[in-house]
Amino acid sequence: MKGQEYTVIGTRPLRHDGVDKVTGRAQYGADFQMAGLLYGHILRSPHAHARIRRIDTSKAEQFPGVKAVVTADDFPQVAERIVDLGEGDTPLSYARGNVLAKGKALYKGHAVAAVAATSVHAAEEAGGLIEVEYEVLPCVLTAPEAMRDNAPIVHEDLKTKEFGKKTDRVSNVSEHFRHVMGDVEAGFAQADVIVEREFHTATVHQGYIEPHNATALWNNDGRILVWCSTQGAFVVRDVTACLLDVPVSRVRVTPMEIGGGFGGKIPVYLEPVAALLSKKTGKPVKIVMSRKDVFEGTGPTPGSYIRVKIGARKDGRITAAQGYLAYEAGAYPGAMVGPGAMCVFAAYDISNVVIDGFDVVVNKPSTAAYRAPGATNAAFATESVIDEIAEKLGMDPLDFRLKNAAKEGTRRADGPKYRRVGCVEVIEALKSHPHYSAPLGGPHRGRGVAIGFWFNVGLPSSCTISVNADGTVNLVEGSTDIGGTRTSLAMQAAEVLGISAEAVRPTVVDTDSVGFTAVTGGSRTTFATGWAAYEAAQDILRQMKERAAKIWETDAASIMVERGVFRWGDKSMTFQELAGRLGQTGGPVVGRGAVNPRGVGGSFSGCIADVEVDPETGKVTILRFTSVQDAGKAIHPSYVEGQMQGGSVQGLGWALNEEYYMNEAGSMMNSSLLDYRMPTALDLPMIDTAIVEVPNPGHPFGARGVGEANIVPPPGAIANAIYRAAGVRMNRLPMNPPAIMQAIWSQRD
Amino acid sequence: MHTKVRVQSTINGEPQEFLCEPRQSLLECLRDILGLTGSKEGCNDGNCGACTVILDGRVVTSCLVLGVEAEGSEITTVEGMAKGNKLHPLQQSFLENAALQCGICTPGFLVAAKALLDQQPNPSEDEIRLWLANNLCRCTGYDKIIRAVKQAAEQMQEVNA
Repeated sequence: MKGQEYTVIGTRPLRHDGVDKVTGRAQYGADFQMAGLLYGHILRSPHAHARIRRIDTSKAEQFPGVKAVVTADDFPQVAERIVDLGEGDTPLSYARGNVLAKGKALYKGHAVAAVAATSVHAAEEAGGLIEVEYEVLPCVLTAPEAMRDNAPIVHEDLKTKEFGKKTDRVSNVSEHFRHVMGDVEAGFAQADVIVEREFHTATVHQGYIEPHNATALWNNDGRILVWCSTQGAFVVRDVTACLLDVPVSRVRVTPMEIGGGFGGKIPVYLEPVAALLSKKTGKPVKIVMSRKDVFEGTGPTPGSYIRVKIGARKDGRITAAQGYLAYEAGAYPGAMVGPGAMCVFAAYDISNVVIDGFDVVVNKPSTAAYRAPGATNAAFATESVIDEIAEKLGMDPLDFRLKNAAKEGTRRADGPKYRRVGCVEVIEALKSHPHYSAPLGGPHRGRGVAIGFWFNVGLPSSCTISVNADGTVNLVEGSTDIGGTRTSLAMQAAEVLGISAEAVRPTVVDTDSVGFTAVTGGSRTTFATGWAAYEAAQDILRQMKERAAKIWETDAASIMVERGVFRWGDKSMTFQELAGRLGQTGGPVVGRGAVNPRGVGGSFSGCIADVEVDPETGKVTILRFTSVQDAGKAIHPSYVEGQMQGGSVQGLGWALNEEYYMNEAGSMMNSSLLDYRMPTALDLPMIDTAIVEVPNPGHPFGARGVGEANIVPPPGAIANAIYRAAGVRMNRLPMNPPAIMQAIWSQRD
Repeated sequence: MHTKVRVQSTINGEPQEFLCEPRQSLLECLRDILGLTGSKEGCNDGNCGACTVILDGRVVTSCLVLGVEAEGSEITTVEGMAKGNKLHPLQQSFLENAALQCGICTPGFLVAAKALLDQQPNPSEDEIRLWLANNLCRCTGYDKIIRAVKQAAEQMQEVNA
């Protein structure tokens, strides 16, 4: 359908779940209720690294209202094996160990035991009566510390994988990999200007407003029923089944409405524990995390140490780039340094590249994905160095980027060669935006730019569509809807069927009721589940043609359909008319779409930021901000803008304020929403957006997926703006007032 | 076990009577006793605003009010904003401006914005930002929320003019 004018795609219908969400009727996980419900509470380790000597639950069990207590010993003790639970291969003991600690607590906040009681207060009080004897061990909190020879070892059984092969070396480095392209030494030898800098970024949290929650019922027929807020109901099903050692068909997960995820609601924390408590009590058990639990017991995104070296000729061409990325995985391997390495130089066409990546375990919560995971850390480093080189060459920072921009045919150091991408178009849109040439209008002000990339993913998705006699359709899908994807999927089905978006009723259903669908993540839902909706709608059209052929006594191949009107010769019938005659022509029509699409199209994003830096306090005020992103084709432009604005502001929080502030004992000192300082309405200007549309040749409507790339550029852009406003190059996130004052003072000395 | 206390109050215009433990917050009473789950718990310490309600004309985070303190008071929650089948102009405007993504913070924003427009029918962008600084949204970057509140204010003034 490429090159056509669309009737639904590109319009802005109201979201189908909107009324429920503005009236308070939408049911999120914590709102779930059922008769006989018990309330769970998780006891967490007060130490960052400690051997668990003994757990005595007897006092807690005797507390009034308590019905059950569980520890890691209550999990089925199955043999160690490697499992893929939706986020790559991991030893079963690690997946289980993060849900309830066994042997050692590896971070402050690590779950150790759980209580179920008749009220949440009784469960909390009883949790305090569980006696745990700890042997406190030295902890290690950052990647550079953890990589030292004499560092405390987080996992005594973790052997370093080097260049794809297991070694016999026990260390905190889970993996060291390297991507090489061209000859980096020769490349640097050709350069007239070389800049090498090192950067540190703090651990930050996704900061969704809804805490994790789960209710589980181990039913009398042996089925485990789960209601929870998750980015992937099938991941919850598979992990729960795996840890409880039952077949996946024994578990049914019903995804409730979800109050934000940003990658952090892919991992499973509570569901298997609630299920164990339910098994012991015979009752449904609900567990809801506190905000402190969310900060200390769920996966933030990695802190990192990064070195970037880039060389360029006087004419502005980059000749070589070298990256060293050491990311903190937290307590278990898997720091998203792989994606970081894929993205660190992804916006540029460079022939000579070396990238070293290190996945390093430390005594902090096991990290999870956070919107373009790994890419924001890396882009902060790269975009700062790019800006410095442009300055040394006397080039406009956007012209320098344009001269080196990735394009169709550019090969990345990790292997892939780009198909049609929108990097050049994004930079040109930044350049031509009125913001870029507007006066700054005052002292201590500066303007910074940066660009970023996220590759996006495909993965399996399933949909079914059934036709109603009134000409509407019901769309059943398995992707949990975090930001309006019910509507972006319905619009794609509507476009195929030639009916309005409102005539499609989308519903997200449980894991018994739709085919396997991977997580809402990787900016994949509008792309991949949208494609499944497209296929299901095509299936409907095919069947409807057969019905029209029956009515007109001809063959289906001779029926034409366009924009919801079926034609044969001079006869025609609308979709609605034909829908009303299904009963007489053979009964119901149900279409299906099940895809595992290739053709993923990566998305480039860029931004312009104006700041004012108070030279007395170091406070940064954001005066104006513009975000540009290649959407491929914007299915619902308002929701594309919303992703760009939300991602940008998360990037701004990461840039300026947010961090896990840890004491030496590994305790997070700011685990509340007062002290973990996310941007408020008062901290921000309006967030202007400009959508670029370079259609993705790998999708029926050209969609790329827009959820993530927008978070990547802001920290670099803000650093570059601060440099122009205050004359200091910041190499550490967050760039909060103390950090900026320190930089200003050390420059004066 | 704790003895329960009887509390009488007016919630969304209807007289209500409920029993609660002295330690239970108003948020717990609304959600767990009265079934008004539109008010959300995001932090339970007054910093996210997802549980915002109007208590005797004042905007409060209901997680920081005890249920027993609600005795004799008038409370408005998100469930009380629509009149019959007609959405409040703010609710309509949030929909039209795509001012929500995940929607978990939306009830708190709607209630806080209603309290603002009740006392300041024509707020500036700065006034809206200051007033709503008690409410955290992690999805939208606030841009579309600010626009939605402005548009609702304009529409309400046109209706009243």
